[in-house]
Amino acid sequence: MKLKYLLPVFFLLLPFIDSNPYHMDVFTTAALYALLALGLNLIVGFVGLLHLGYAAFFAIGAYTYALLNLRLGYPFWVGLPISAVTAGIAGVLLGLPAVRVRGDYLAIVTLGFGEIVRIAVTNCERWTGGPNGLLGIAHPTIGSFNFGVDSRPYYWLLFILVEATAWVCARLRRSRIGLAWGALREDELAARCIGVDATRLKLLALGLGGAIAGLAGCVFAAKQGTVTPDSFDFILSVMILAMVILGGLGSVRGAILGAAVLSIAPELLRSFSSYRMLLFGVMMIVLMRVRPQGLLGRRHVAP
Amino acid sequence: MSLLKIEDLTKHFGGVVALDRVSFSVKRQTIVSLIGPNGAGKTTLFNCVTGVLRPEEGSIFFGDGAAADSLAGCPPHQVAEFGIARTFQNIRLFAGMSVLENVLAGTYVRTRAGLLEALWPWKSGAHQEKRWAHDKAHRLLEQLQLGRCADQLASSLPYGQQRRLELARALASDPQLLLLDEPAAGLTFQERQELMKFLMELKGRGLTILLIEHDMKVVMPISDWVVVLDYGAKIAEGPPKEIQGNPHVIEAYLGVKTAQ
Repeated sequence: MKLKYLLPVFFLLLPFIDSNPYHMDVFTTAALYALLALGLNLIVGFVGLLHLGYAAFFAIGAYTYALLNLRLGYPFWVGLPISAVTAGIAGVLLGLPAVRVRGDYLAIVTLGFGEIVRIAVTNCERWTGGPNGLLGIAHPTIGSFNFGVDSRPYYWLLFILVEATAWVCARLRRSRIGLAWGALREDELAARCIGVDATRLKLLALGLGGAIAGLAGCVFAAKQGTVTPDSFDFILSVMILAMVILGGLGSVRGAILGAAVLSIAPELLRSFSSYRMLLFGVMMIVLMRVRPQGLLGRRHVAP
Repeated sequence: MSLLKIEDLTKHFGGVVALDRVSFSVKRQTIVSLIGPNGAGKTTLFNCVTGVLRPEEGSIFFGDGAAADSLAGCPPHQVAEFGIARTFQNIRLFAGMSVLENVLAGTYVRTRAGLLEALWPWKSGAHQEKRWAHDKAHRLLEQLQLGRCADQLASSLPYGQQRRLELARALASDPQLLLLDEPAAGLTFQERQELMKFLMELKGRGLTILLIEHDMKVVMPISDWVVVLDYGAKIAEGPPKEIQGNPHVIEAYLGVKTAQ
């Protein structure tokens, strides 16, 4: 399909097509959400683990870079992989007790983790600055070029990360591991009986999903220059989940589209001022009613 | 030579004794049927063998003589690796995946590609492995007359084909022992005849089959051996002819003492 090649080119050139800094800022946020949605889609869409604490991994990635930079002076490009690995390890560690429970119970357990991480960050003042957060985190640099406060370099960086992550996700889904994930999602007992080690494969997904959120968190911290615990609340986890579901569970392109729609729509609705969130809510209800499998989801919704 | 040896297998659910010191063995390349009234413990026995349930007592050995592996305490995915595949009483397909994907998933234990192989974009061993799995899956689908619906969703198939797909998925793991839980349930007369023919063919190819089945018209002609359970205990075993006339079996099924 032509669109497959045209769309990335369009997104790559977007900062030249639309140079409005406010628009660029919205697009950059959308790209950040797209990265998060891809990561959560791997957990919820591919493996069917309803994770309600995904923002925790985003927070771990952000604070990892913030601390590495402020305490040890590590540059962004070193912090980026370390943030991903740290968040990935957190994903596995938090997953160890969580994969023992299923369905609704898993949702509650992960919700708990999300809150624990946020509250721990708030209370661990010595390290994290508590509710005031951490200030003065360095922006990324390439040679003598500093990313600074302009959105465009972050947009391009996120563009590369989203493209790479989408490629990895699409490839994984078609692989042997992707099939095993699908089997676990559809029928865990039958999957185990054909030889799928459920615990290992779930932890793998949680680790990878966590690592992707870690990447996003690191870029977020570097762009903002500050991190505060209130950036990583429960609503963020829910928003990312809504993007994944709206786009179509398990669909890689759907996750990106869902992220774009849900981060740009509230901005478009700004002219309705106080009715904005109401309209936003109605829009989501209608969409889910008309297209329960999500915008790009083709598969039936499991009963 | 026995392929599967079950000794004193006991399983309780609360106060209910689901399996009560059941012992029997399954010889290589035979079809053994497990029969008994509803609630006799047949499916529980399957679940214990495949590692879904953990029996309280007893042992399960898989393999020949001294080289046999003990299955007690093995999780299901390890049991599958040993070469035991199963189907379920109430069909458990991967409903949201295509027919082909269901069978491909069945090859999971016979393939090895991990994370890095999945991401490696150039030709590699994983590539060949994938082709091998696809060829195998297509072959199995052809054998079970599902070739034409390879790309359909598994849940969209009619009942009889779903049963066949579950069988194809089980066979995709190259099992030595196949556990079939009421494979003929709900099938038409025609479909039953085909199933029986296919099971005989599998036996001819060297497979060993342990079968739970209620329909004696299926059990009797194809079984080499029949094991009868009632209230969790083995009440009889023997060749089909012998079992048919066994007063204990008739009593268990009809609930009355036979007149003479």
